[in-house]
Amino acid sequence: MNLLLVALIPFAGGIFVAYISRFGRLYSAWGAGVVTLLALAFLYPSIADVFAEQTVIQRWRWIPMLGLDFAFRLDGLSLLFSLLILGIGILIIIYARYYLSEQDDMGRFYAYLMMFMGSMLGIVLSENIIQLLIFWELTSLSSFLLISYWQQRHESRSGARMALAVTGGGGLALLGGFLLLGEICGSYDLSVILASGDSISQHPWYLPMLILVLLGAFTKSAQFPFHFWLPNAMAAPTPVSAYLHSATMVKAGVFLLARLYPALSGTPEWFWLVSMTGLATLLIAAYIAMFEHDLKGLLAYSTISHLGLITLLFGMDTPLAAVAAVFHIINHAIFKASLFMAAGIIDHETGTRDMRRLRGLWQFMPHTASLAMVAAASMAGVPLFNGFLSKEMFFAETLHHINQPWGWLMPAAATLAGIFAVAYSLRFIHTVFFNGTPVDLPKTPHEPPRWMKVPVELLVAICLLVGMLPALTVEPILGVAASGVLQEKVPDHDLAIWHGFNPAVWMSIIALTGGILAYLGRRPLSVLHDHIGNRLEFKSFYNSLIDLLFKIAGQITRLLNANSLQRMVLVFMLFIMTLGVTSFIDSSPALTGNRVLLPMDAVSLLITIILIIAALGTVIMHRQRLVSLILLGAVGLGVALVFVKFSAPDLALTQLSVEVVTIVLMLLALYFLPQYSPKESSQTARSRDALIAVGAGTGVGLLVWAVLTRPYQTIADYFMSNSVPGGGGTNVVNVILVDFRGYDTLGEITVLALAGLGIFAMLHQLKLSGSEADQQGRPWDNDMHPLIMASFVRLLLPLALLVSIYILLRGHNLPGGGFIAGLITAVALIMQYLANGVSWAQTRLTINMHTVISAGLLIAALTGLASWVFDHPFLTSTFGHLNWPVIGEFELASAMAFDLGVYLVVVGTTLLILVYLGLVHKESHTNHVRKRIR
Amino acid sequence: MEALVSILIGTLTGCGVYLILRNRTFPVVLGLTFLSYAVNLFLLVMGRLTIGKPPIIAENITEYADPLPQALVLTAIVISFAMTAFVIVLSLKAYLEMGNDHVDGKHKS
Repeated sequence: MNLLLVALIPFAGGIFVAYISRFGRLYSAWGAGVVTLLALAFLYPSIADVFAEQTVIQRWRWIPMLGLDFAFRLDGLSLLFSLLILGIGILIIIYARYYLSEQDDMGRFYAYLMMFMGSMLGIVLSENIIQLLIFWELTSLSSFLLISYWQQRHESRSGARMALAVTGGGGLALLGGFLLLGEICGSYDLSVILASGDSISQHPWYLPMLILVLLGAFTKSAQFPFHFWLPNAMAAPTPVSAYLHSATMVKAGVFLLARLYPALSGTPEWFWLVSMTGLATLLIAAYIAMFEHDLKGLLAYSTISHLGLITLLFGMDTPLAAVAAVFHIINHAIFKASLFMAAGIIDHETGTRDMRRLRGLWQFMPHTASLAMVAAASMAGVPLFNGFLSKEMFFAETLHHINQPWGWLMPAAATLAGIFAVAYSLRFIHTVFFNGTPVDLPKTPHEPPRWMKVPVELLVAICLLVGMLPALTVEPILGVAASGVLQEKVPDHDLAIWHGFNPAVWMSIIALTGGILAYLGRRPLSVLHDHIGNRLEFKSFYNSLIDLLFKIAGQITRLLNANSLQRMVLVFMLFIMTLGVTSFIDSSPALTGNRVLLPMDAVSLLITIILIIAALGTVIMHRQRLVSLILLGAVGLGVALVFVKFSAPDLALTQLSVEVVTIVLMLLALYFLPQYSPKESSQTARSRDALIAVGAGTGVGLLVWAVLTRPYQTIADYFMSNSVPGGGGTNVVNVILVDFRGYDTLGEITVLALAGLGIFAMLHQLKLSGSEADQQGRPWDNDMHPLIMASFVRLLLPLALLVSIYILLRGHNLPGGGFIAGLITAVALIMQYLANGVSWAQTRLTINMHTVISAGLLIAALTGLASWVFDHPFLTSTFGHLNWPVIGEFELASAMAFDLGVYLVVVGTTLLILVYLGLVHKESHTNHVRKRIR
Repeated sequence: MEALVSILIGTLTGCGVYLILRNRTFPVVLGLTFLSYAVNLFLLVMGRLTIGKPPIIAENITEYADPLPQALVLTAIVISFAMTAFVIVLSLKAYLEMGNDHVDGKHKS
């Protein structure tokens, strides 16, 4: 249980801090700190298990039909990452409290940060890889929100978009890879996957799966050629850069490599793909970092380079290299977070990050400078600092293949990257803190507030402690984390500062001296760089790719979208007809089946003829809109009669009441619309449309004939036989609606409510003016409310309401129910509006229809939830199996309550639509009456 | 009887199709209403034609009309009302903003 809470507490915490920030600016910072400590406290009980070499797995059923569990896993690797996420998280929270200015919305910042923290914890603690992927995508989303935190800045928005596009695309590839992996292993559980390494690498899908998974990992960890998004993500506030874009999120990619190491590694494909990507990234990014002028840009490229180093170590595919990779993950997180925070302090106190203007800051902020120097030394790999130790292990590992042809290439490249690293670290320190005096800085620099430095001091202290006393400090956690990666015993390794004069030491010495020389010779080098420079940044490549994508999308849209509804409908109809005709031709069985037909009777014949005449009349008269509307009403009533004939009393009642409401509504709308349609389309167009209409009608008619003359097997037997014993009602249609398929009905009334609210939104504050006369110039009749009708309708109201309640109550056993009763009530009330005027009715019916709709939805939903709780243990049933209570009186009561909810939604929506349109109507009328008076 | 129903549904469909191909909003709304009549009837008769046997369980009766299409159609009627209402108000809004009721939303030139 505790692991679930560790991952979910930050999500709840995000909402919490966003809420409390309205009571005071700093509350959210305190809240975020408390939430993080709470998550840490919940992690604590499981730590001892991990150190006892146990893997803690906690699972809940999630989608049992697909064999998916909601499962969490804590082993050494997850523990290391959780501690990094929460530990550095605390420091970042303290730091950001001082970093953000008065204008920045702290609640929003900390809420996003908490969301990110939860997602990241979710990744490292997931046992199920699909669940891991969901958290993976959540980190991309929260990273997007955090990069674009300063929404008003263009570079924030574009940087955030680029990061989301690249990591989101990678996430898609990863999903594909995970699905393949799950198919190969037959399970999405990491425990199974990690134990089946051999069968995975022999599977024919191994290579495509590996490439997809690596695409996910490489985009997230900004590996070449996807590295370009990370420097652009530096538009984020610096605490975010320190936390997401150096210490944690970009490590998710290498985390994935580490996590799946036992399952995927050990093949030549793994070696070449992973190590070559890592090597290229290591070299290229370190090279670019030497020439960056932006302080954070330098650190970003250095981060990419170090991530490349870690990737390369995993790619080397030896157990010791994996240990070195884990060690470097720890070290890099610590020194790079402190460097970013130092860069943030400099930015904060001087107002610029441009290294061409920053100079000689030592005299203004010696304390910060010393801290940055320690961290930079660690980044460069100077002895006695932690970065040195993992870099030595890295150098030693590159010598593994030295005896093979071209084997010298790897150590040479590693040493070259080391030279670059020393050069850019030196540049960071020397240029910013020494090298003369500052060039017109926006602010006069000074030391930052005390507590802004505390997080940096802590991290720098760890750099030193680990660097000098590795065996005492880092060894235990490194040991369990490495065994979590390898899923076996960790090979012997010796974390000492001095191993004698071995080749690795010589490589370090070359790197240090070479780096100093490269820094001294930076001017000629930067001339060289100007020639090849920006091509390696890939940003323009990305931009042209995006432009191309938009162009193609635009062309496709232009190709398919005729920008004319008529043309689109025409194409659609022709397409549907072609589909229908071809499937008729292909199978070509006899049109008429062998079912015994029903005899025709005179009344049916007469009604059908009337219906057809009315329908054709509507079409012929459609230019005279009022006439066609009246004829349409006749058709609707005829359809109700058809329902009566064919044993569907519920449908007939519904159709009848809906017809009334629809026609009233269309009449109201017609008042504002033109009364006549102009004769515009040519004779050819009309004949063409008529031809299509006749074709469509004939096709549908033949289809109905073919179906009706064939026997069929009903699937409703279950409902028929269980309606009374299981549902407690004899009206099977109603029992299906409120009981068997109650969930569908809930969805349908929600759609209804949404349509009502949408119409309300469209009509809200609409200024309409009705015309004073019709198109023949005849004025509208002002005698609005005939007295006899008004009094009569008032008398009718209680009777109509009584009928609707009766219909509602009997619905479960006889034709009726919530839909019909609701429509009858609505019609009864609308008649009051029609006969007595909107203002008369409005003063008497003061209930807000929004309240009625929401009450209805709430009642229906609560009925569902309540029976869910009574019937099943909480959270065991899925929606598809939602059953309303099964026995006796209680069942009846629950279904009735549900029907009451349906009733209220129908009444509310219908009245909302009609009354609102009527109100607009009334306003227009009074306006024009007023105009006449004037 | 089957032939009558087939002709009826075919006619309603044809009228609906012709009307939704018109170039003004109001006839298109009428056409949509026709199509929903046709579709609702079509769905209902998929349970085949049964006369005088409503699906209301009573003693001594063994044959009933198929309740499943009826349940489907009942909600479909209400939803198509909501849709018609939405479309008619949309066309009203478009008429006011564009100055005409052409379906392609052409601005008054």
